[in-house]
Amino acid sequence: MGLRKVLLSFFLLVFLSAAGAQERFITVSSTTSTEQSGLFKHLLPLFTAKTGIQVRVVAVGTGQALDIGRRGDADVVFVHARPLEEKFVAEGHGVQRFEVMYNDFILIGPKSDPAKVAGTRDIVAALQKIKAAQVPFVSRGDKSGTHFAELALWKEAGIDIAKDKGAWYRDTGQGMGPALNSAAGMNAYILSDRGTWLSFKNRADLAIAVEGDRRLFNQYGVMLVNPAKHPQVKKEMGQAFVDWVVSPEGQKAIADFKIGGEQLFFPNARK
Amino acid sequence: MGSILEAMRGALSLIASGDATLAGIVLLSLKVSLSAVFFATLLALPLGAAIAVTRFPGRRALIVLLNALMGLPPVVVGLVVYLLLSRAGPLGPLGLLFTPPAMVVAQTILILPIIAALCRQAVEDAWIEYEEQLRSLGAEGMRAALTIVWDIRYSLLTAVLAGLGRACAEVGAVIIVGGNIDGVTRVMTTTIALETSKGDLPLALSLGIVLILLVLLLNAGAYFIKEAAQRRYG
Repeated sequence: MGLRKVLLSFFLLVFLSAAGAQERFITVSSTTSTEQSGLFKHLLPLFTAKTGIQVRVVAVGTGQALDIGRRGDADVVFVHARPLEEKFVAEGHGVQRFEVMYNDFILIGPKSDPAKVAGTRDIVAALQKIKAAQVPFVSRGDKSGTHFAELALWKEAGIDIAKDKGAWYRDTGQGMGPALNSAAGMNAYILSDRGTWLSFKNRADLAIAVEGDRRLFNQYGVMLVNPAKHPQVKKEMGQAFVDWVVSPEGQKAIADFKIGGEQLFFPNARK
Repeated sequence: MGSILEAMRGALSLIASGDATLAGIVLLSLKVSLSAVFFATLLALPLGAAIAVTRFPGRRALIVLLNALMGLPPVVVGLVVYLLLSRAGPLGPLGLLFTPPAMVVAQTILILPIIAALCRQAVEDAWIEYEEQLRSLGAEGMRAALTIVWDIRYSLLTAVLAGLGRACAEVGAVIIVGGNIDGVTRVMTTTIALETSKGDLPLALSLGIVLILLVLLLNAGAYFIKEAAQRRYG
């Protein structure tokens, strides 16, 4: 038997065992914040109970989540980086972008607060102080929604971070949780989404330093991957999910999700 | 030290609780890794044996390559398989990405060189010893190679177990091609990575201990089966 035959039968076998399980499901590529905060664990069973459609979530950074959609490997993309999402739709990979909900970013820092920013509201001023004091700052550095938000804030602070970063600026290239673990280990400042922080357990000596700035707004959007471009996209089921998430019922389910009595995401789909 | 003891206690209570989700994750880990070992062994033993007993130009280079491939980085294998199985890739129409079979494919590729390289060495050592004898019995080429493989099957078990160890331990490949989907492609290692991400280090460590115990159990099982078989059949 030739090697080609062996390989062929191998793939055939694997394929057959995969085809055995015919379930009604869609694949959603989303961000670590929605998965790791526990939002999906709360939300998806409600959708499945109503429609009988299972939802498989691949939770990665926003950049990678959009790339999964771009390759046609997901039916729906649920992320948080508006300019990237609009580009995704403009390129024809997404059908239409719907706003779903928001939460906010917060600046986390050591309780000892070496940059003297704790309790302030001006995120831009806080970043300038961190840079001036050269105290450790952990960046996601992974092209996630949070990373893009961080870069935009440095720009607004008049700091060209690519040029001005020093040893104090630590680009970790990791997801939110691992980056928070790094920050906890280095006692560093870090920009986080509130959801991940609230459900994060290894806080060590870190606490919220800056919150409540209008510029820390974090909008989530949802899109059906364009079936015209990717014919295998499960159009009806994917659309059913998008429709449900922005429906009054889905929006209420998002508002109902709380950790320790605190609401994590605020629905704001346009009626 | 305290946290490790704590984690051991956590691991024991995890096992004792008989949690259905954890059982599902453990079962999937076993299914994926054992399937990968099965397919990889099926391909690797004949491949390793063939390289051991045949002589052809470029053979040395091939051996070096095979040995080097034992160090294939899981994340690279994951990425390549991801690109192959992605809808935009050549095998996209199969729709395998983000399914357990995709994880089996990735792990098979990852451990095939390990089993093949170790098998090649073992068969070659035995070949040096038995070549004359086998030739006088009229066994040539692949027939002779397979005779040796069968003869040293108990030694080759270690090569297979090395492959199994690698398959059970890696996270880089399965997390990319499987997507760590809850209830579908979430295995032990990806769960540990996830819990670490959530900052739940004690739970992550407890799960790690459960995984180590599992691998220990598999190896103990293999060892006893080997002993029993050796006593029975020699």
